[in-house]
Amino acid sequence: MRFDPALIIHHLPSILSGLSITILTWLIGTIGAVLVGFVIASARRFGPRPLGMALGAIVEVIRGTPFLIQLFLLYFGGPYIGLFLDPLPAGLLGLTVYGSAYFSEIFRGGFEAVPVGHIEAAECVGLNRLQIVKRILLPEMSMLVLPSAVNMAILLIKETAVLSIITVPELTMIVSAIGSEYYAFVESLFLLALFYWALVELCGFLGRKAEAKLSHFRLSAS
Amino acid sequence: MSHPAVTIRGLHKSFGAVEVLRGIDLDIPRAQVTCLIGPSGSGKSTLLRCMAFLEETSSGSILIDDAPLGFRTHADGSRTRLPAADIRTARRKIGMVFQQFNLWPHMTALGNVSEALKTVQKLGRREAEDRAMVQLKKVGLAERADHFPSQLSGGQQQRVAIARALALEPEIMLFDEPTSSLDPELTGEVLNVMRALADDGMTMVVVSHEIGFSASVGQKIAFLDQGQLLLTGTPTEVFGKPRHPRLDQFLETYLDRGAAMLL
Repeated sequence: MRFDPALIIHHLPSILSGLSITILTWLIGTIGAVLVGFVIASARRFGPRPLGMALGAIVEVIRGTPFLIQLFLLYFGGPYIGLFLDPLPAGLLGLTVYGSAYFSEIFRGGFEAVPVGHIEAAECVGLNRLQIVKRILLPEMSMLVLPSAVNMAILLIKETAVLSIITVPELTMIVSAIGSEYYAFVESLFLLALFYWALVELCGFLGRKAEAKLSHFRLSAS
Repeated sequence: MSHPAVTIRGLHKSFGAVEVLRGIDLDIPRAQVTCLIGPSGSGKSTLLRCMAFLEETSSGSILIDDAPLGFRTHADGSRTRLPAADIRTARRKIGMVFQQFNLWPHMTALGNVSEALKTVQKLGRREAEDRAMVQLKKVGLAERADHFPSQLSGGQQQRVAIARALALEPEIMLFDEPTSSLDPELTGEVLNVMRALADDGMTMVVVSHEIGFSASVGQKIAFLDQGQLLLTGTPTEVFGKPRHPRLDQFLETYLDRGAAMLL
């Protein structure tokens, strides 16, 4: 068996389509997870206690079970409760739910890390609750959680590969299909590793850029 | 003299089972500097925070310019909490300066000072920043307007915090141990700003360990001990001899903060 680059070039169109599905699911899933995670964290922080406890329990279950199994349950178990989803929507929903549990914990930590005094100072100059969240809490929190949020986004890039098992035609599914068809497992796996690595590096690069831009916040003043 | 800027009557405050303030009656005179002194745990900071409604009182009343702060007290002594908008209105007359400065780290000095002018008073950006610059000039930091808090020294941060409070043109300025987290060589610049403010006739309430400052700038001294007002009066009345033994004992521990000149 020889490494054959021609194989890759020949299947480039379908590989690129897989890559675009991967990027698309990652982007939508991550944005969804950030938004839902933020809502969960806010509800746990500002909402009524029973709601907070219920959400806390759900977050624990999601964090305590493998993504693979969650996805299986959603796609194959969904129809038992009347939830019929095509592979792509099921994958997006699964990724969003899975990611939101982690993002909610990141935001929860972020909320707690903003000093109470900064909120009190805002109250004293007359900002109302919504203004405090928008002008003080969110910007301060986002700079505190940026490193762990980027880290989570990187993990989610790699989790998109799991969507192949419910036949979402993303990069892993396309490339392994080519691999099986031509018996070229090494090429396909090597290619996959390269693609994911490139995506992760890109995400990390953007994250570092953002961190550098915010660096003056982090020379924390006492 | 005109009626007090702040009137405190029968104020109690408990944290759980611990009663921190046990029946405080205090008037804050207008256009004067009132200093709250006392050992740590005496409740002086809590009392100040109650005046900014950062702590909800357990019973009793606080009137700012005759308007109730936080709660309306009925004839039978029961209280109802006022709506949040009313609380914000009452607070508008008050400026607060914290021990930890509490500047917002994601905004420049100018941003910190102009923020409430923009979001609360709805001024345009240009006008808000012009007014903020006036305050920054007043505390001697106009040339640091574009610096972030992390790029300023502790003393400069505290002066920005004072400018932030002044920008809203409060009638009463509250200072909660404004120099306690500063290196000794930085306390002077903050105290000078406070002195200038006092000379301008600002009504000020200062919780401070700077006994020398209290004795020289303060016009009214309130000495708290274990949640009660033990002594109130002019510096001469409070610090003059014969002195209350509890105050004597307290001053002994503050020799390095300017108390030596009183002993």
